Amino acid sequence: MEWDWSFVQQILPTLLQGLEITVLATLLGSIVAAIVGLAFAIMRLAPNRALSRGTSAVVNFIRGTPLLVQLYFMFYVLPDIGVKMPALAAGVLALGIHYATYAAEVYRTGIENVPRGQWEAAKACNLAPLQMWRHIILPQALPPMLPALANYLVAMFKETPLLSAITVLEVMNEAKIVANTDYRYLEPMTLVGALFLAISLIAITGVRLLEKRYSQPLQ
Amino acid sequence: MNHWSGYLLLIAKGAQMTVELTVLGIALALVAAFIAGLARVSRFSAVRALAIAYIEFFRGTSVFVQLFWAYFVLPMAGFDVTPLQAGVLALGLNVGAYAAEVVRGAIQAVSGDQRQACIALNLSRYQAMRHVILPQALPLMIPTFGNNAIELLKGTAVVSLISLGDMTFQAQVVRSQTGNTLIPFATILALYFAMSWLITFGMRHLERRVSFGLDGMRR
Repeated sequence: MEWDWSFVQQILPTLLQGLEITVLATLLGSIVAAIVGLAFAIMRLAPNRALSRGTSAVVNFIRGTPLLVQLYFMFYVLPDIGVKMPALAAGVLALGIHYATYAAEVYRTGIENVPRGQWEAAKACNLAPLQMWRHIILPQALPPMLPALANYLVAMFKETPLLSAITVLEVMNEAKIVANTDYRYLEPMTLVGALFLAISLIAITGVRLLEKRYSQPLQ
Repeated sequence: MNHWSGYLLLIAKGAQMTVELTVLGIALALVAAFIAGLARVSRFSAVRALAIAYIEFFRGTSVFVQLFWAYFVLPMAGFDVTPLQAGVLALGLNVGAYAAEVVRGAIQAVSGDQRQACIALNLSRYQAMRHVILPQALPLMIPTFGNNAIELLKGTAVVSLISLGDMTFQAQVVRSQTGNTLIPFATILALYFAMSWLITFGMRHLERRVSFGLDGMRR
């Protein structure tokens, strides 16, 4: 099978349109992951045993099962029990919650790395839990976490093609549609691969920069 | 509820396929990881460059794209692959790339004193690697290998999209035939979780086995 540049030119705009949705899904998913992950991490550290154990069980379950099946669950099961949402929303939610469990692990290490004295000082100054988290713990815990979180952002970006399985028109789905109408798989599949490789290589360079900037703990 | 037994049998058949894929994928991933991981620390820059190219390529693109590429593009290039072969190839090489970095990291984590001792004892490079470095590096690799194996198990769900009859595929069949969404997807989520728990459990056992007698060697 010959590589056909004119076919590439013809399909590239469609693929780029799909890429837009891919990037959008990644960004929205990462916002969900960042927020839900933080909630998971804080709930796991909660003094209430039942709450922390329960959260751990949920996190382990989500981490131990495939994202694709979770996507199907969101897309097929939830509407049956009355929760209706568009495919993209279901995809973003599933993606975000799946990666929230990974983000929670990063948050936990970051939070545990805040020196004991800081917690005690917060208590000694009579800060409310919310004030303590908002003004003392998180500002010190977050910057060292950035590289690891960015790593998961890249990983999440690479998982977005799965959204094509629940009819989201992202880049992989556009490629499949193009391939099925023209019955040429070589160019669309290779282009999708090349686009992903290009963006992840750029993103990985960004992660390295973040690592250089933030990896040393605050003094 | 009698008619459910037939559908559960279908899912059990899918589970068998998932296990088969996981085992074959892990075997290929292990081979790829050790070849690429050892090549990554080779004396020869050409070998190192080749290993880096393999690792970065497979880590930079999504496993989903690699699978589609293996399934649709390889046959057009004259390689006939069955869906099972395409699945094992894509999953094994993908996870192998991640595990190769683990192999490299563990080898480099063995202390310099050990290497100097090997030189002092006049061991050849092969002998040093085989009898001194690898036995100490192996326990360091096992926990991360466990995580990689779980990622591979979760990755197998993706092969359902190239019409291979794994657990996710059969769940979709059951869904389309019965119209019931909750039972098939909840069942396979539980089965996936059981399998990943089994991997975690097995790896913990293996870790105790390979680190036997190494107490005091770890820093």
